Amino acid sequence: MAELLRVENLKTQFHTDSGLVKAVDGISYHIDELEIIGLVGESGCGKSVSQLSVMQLINAPGKIVGGEVIFEGRDLLKLKAHGPEMRSVRGAKIAMIFQEPMTSLNPVLTINQQLTEMLELHLGMSSKEARERVIELLGMVGIPSAKSRVDDYPHQFSGGMRQRVMIAMALSCNPEILIADEPTTALDVTTQAQLLELMRDMVEQFKASLVIVTHNLGVVARYAQRIYIMYAGRIVEEGTTKDIFGNPRHPYTIGLLKCIPRLDEEEGRKLVPIKGLPPNLINMPPTCAFLPRCSYNIERCSQEPWPPLKHLHDQHYISCYADTEEKNR
Amino acid sequence: MVKKQTIGADFSEAPVCVSEWGRFRRVFFERKLVMFGLIVLMLLVITAIFAPLLAPYDPYQSNMADSLLAPSSKYLLGTDIQGRDTLSRLIFGSRTALMVGFLTVGIAGIAGVTLGLVAGYFGGITNMIIMRTMDALMGFPMILLALIIAALLGSGIVNVIIALSVATLPGYARVMHGLTLSIRENDYILAQRAMGAGNIRAMFSHILPNALPPMIVLITLQLGALILAEAGLSFLGIGIKPPGAAWGAMVADGYRYLSSYPWLSFAPGVAIMLVVFAFNLVGDGLRDALDPRLRGLL
Repeated sequence: MAELLRVENLKTQFHTDSGLVKAVDGISYHIDELEIIGLVGESGCGKSVSQLSVMQLINAPGKIVGGEVIFEGRDLLKLKAHGPEMRSVRGAKIAMIFQEPMTSLNPVLTINQQLTEMLELHLGMSSKEARERVIELLGMVGIPSAKSRVDDYPHQFSGGMRQRVMIAMALSCNPEILIADEPTTALDVTTQAQLLELMRDMVEQFKASLVIVTHNLGVVARYAQRIYIMYAGRIVEEGTTKDIFGNPRHPYTIGLLKCIPRLDEEEGRKLVPIKGLPPNLINMPPTCAFLPRCSYNIERCSQEPWPPLKHLHDQHYISCYADTEEKNR
Repeated sequence: MVKKQTIGADFSEAPVCVSEWGRFRRVFFERKLVMFGLIVLMLLVITAIFAPLLAPYDPYQSNMADSLLAPSSKYLLGTDIQGRDTLSRLIFGSRTALMVGFLTVGIAGIAGVTLGLVAGYFGGITNMIIMRTMDALMGFPMILLALIIAALLGSGIVNVIIALSVATLPGYARVMHGLTLSIRENDYILAQRAMGAGNIRAMFSHILPNALPPMIVLITLQLGALILAEAGLSFLGIGIKPPGAAWGAMVADGYRYLSSYPWLSFAPGVAIMLVVFAFNLVGDGLRDALDPRLRGLL
């Protein structure tokens, strides 16, 4: 399928008092039309920052220092961050849902005021048309009696309902890409499942692509077609969902999968946590950032810089020197 | 006989859930002092609007034959040195007080809120320039700054308004700056920007409404202070030009005859006190009613 968005060698850095933080350190990925991809990594590995960089929503002291974001034949990073061109991309072409539904809606404005604003802004609807559309959208995301709830304030909705409202808001202008940044982290498990199903159905209906950013491999396993695993600002493994779960090759991915409990395995297997802590992103060594926690390390790892992505087969890439396949078996 | 036991908690003393408007009404409208303040302010506004109808005499027309009369049935609050009716001048003086108060709050409020919002939202060098200027202005006492400006521009009501606006502007800017800093970090601001909202929209339709309740309280409390400041400036002789009526100037005029004709200063003095007191009562009431931290306590 045709490629929709390509990110090349994106680098975002934060200048802090204690040093330079390379939050995103040269990641490349792409999204095809109608595709669902997963971006997985632990807290602080740069997954959210990478998505905010694509939208050019990085605030000082953060700065996008390199890379390209190719969308509709142009480099989004060349557009002015506050300019009208970039604003017409945000929301209308690429929309985003955030982690905290409880705080993602303005408490002093009604749902109608917040959602119609975008329709009037991007699609030039009149306030009456926009209101009709908002009611329709709220119905589509499963808000019961949307007509009477459209004038409610956010505090009158539960967390799950608010996230539904956020989905409706994000999809209101028919975006081509929906970025969901940990969309279900703050919700309870049953609501999580409902919302993920809803999101998948909605992007199918709206013919949009979906980027699920999460720290939960279980979330992407079911919905994503391809998965990118991030560690310390870089992509360490990418592949189809089948590759990642069936034949993980990067030590970090292997470690992640080993610490997930499974229902279908024999009793008595112990979960193996990954030893150590995620690295401090300030003043990183030039070698592989996972090295201190890695059980596969070979001599080459501590001598050479961070390994570039190595092609394994089809769409499966890893950034590792060690031959994990053999040891894994 | 076994006494019947209640199982579970006793809810009869649990606080009754009230709506936000219900709480506002209870804290604001059902307090006697707040109501007193509101009535005084309403009377003041009515007096100012209908001044020509209410005043028994022309407040500007001097009548030397009736100079310095004591309060009587003809002149309820007596007359001043030029024989002008004190009550009539008091009634027309309310116009000066209210006009200076509201216009100053309007100008300084809008400018201060905008400056604070812009400084807080953009941060960096914009913030530096705006807030350091505000700090410099804040370093001067209000009356002193107003005196300097009035000395530069000359006396007169317009210059008083300009002077007081400049003097009170940093207060609004500072409060708004602080509020903006905390509000702009909320996820909904980021979410709105991610949906394509520009800076102007983020600032004025998302941050500003969230900052309004504390700003309203500040503005109400400032009104009292401004009326007092205007009276002070008039007293010092740089307010409204004679023969215009201003309470501060009336106090100053009567001050010279304080021992023999105390009512000359007394009447406008009481008026100033009453109005400032009323504004403060209403401001306090609004603060208590709008402060979410006092929810449940009041």
